[in-house]
Amino acid sequence: MTIHPIAWWGFATLILVSALWVVTLPNLFRAALSLGLVLIGVAGLFILLEAEFLALAQILVYVGAILTLVVFAIMLTAKLQTAPVAAPRSRVGSAAIASAGLFVVLASTTRALLGPMPVAAHAVTLPSLGQQLVTTLVLPFELISLVFVAAIVGAVALAAPSPSRPRTR
Amino acid sequence: MPAQSLLLLSHALFCLGVFGMLVRPHAIGMLLSIELMLNAAALNFVLWNRLFGHVQAQAFALFIIALAACEAVVGLAIIIRLSRMAKTVFADQVTLLKG
Repeated sequence: MTIHPIAWWGFATLILVSALWVVTLPNLFRAALSLGLVLIGVAGLFILLEAEFLALAQILVYVGAILTLVVFAIMLTAKLQTAPVAAPRSRVGSAAIASAGLFVVLASTTRALLGPMPVAAHAVTLPSLGQQLVTTLVLPFELISLVFVAAIVGAVALAAPSPSRPRTR
Repeated sequence: MPAQSLLLLSHALFCLGVFGMLVRPHAIGMLLSIELMLNAAALNFVLWNRLFGHVQAQAFALFIIALAACEAVVGLAIIIRLSRMAKTVFADQVTLLKG
């Protein structure tokens, strides 16, 4: 597998910079839009890793559906967010230390994994992926559909206004 | 082949998600951080899929995307419900269960 270094560095910088925006921008709407940039960057990396179907699914599901939903939720609850609140300083410091420590632990643990490893000659093809989904992985596949139905019903039940019940407030 | 750096990138993405989760007071902001972490996991799966040529890894990356959709839907429904009941979207201010 050969990855063009310019494409790889471009996507990597895009992902890292916009991920930093996602977690630091005080304006939540802009944070959500930079999450879209992260998702597009990850989809680009999927294409570089020869997983084109996943890249399209990522753009379709994440950027098309989830991000739209998030933006709607931000707009619906915008009245409650009176001013863009920043996190308290002490919390930022300890959180930065904790996540940097986690990064060091992860990096040092997985360092040994990627030695002189033979890379698979051929990428996974879409027909084999589809075949696996309906043969070996049919149970998780069906389970995901069940989870989907449960999530949709649960979300509607949660978010729908309930006129019959008195509002607990 | 930048396999090592790809792995480091997915770690960095995950840790940024953890950072956002710890720092963000806004519930939707926390949800965005969860999406970052899920994406890091999916990126990891796709990387290993390419290295080993395993079909299952790609299938599970697909499952991650599907589960992330479910998670976002339910999470946002909870947040909208919360904004209606508790009149706040800040995780720190939700004290409905406090005695």
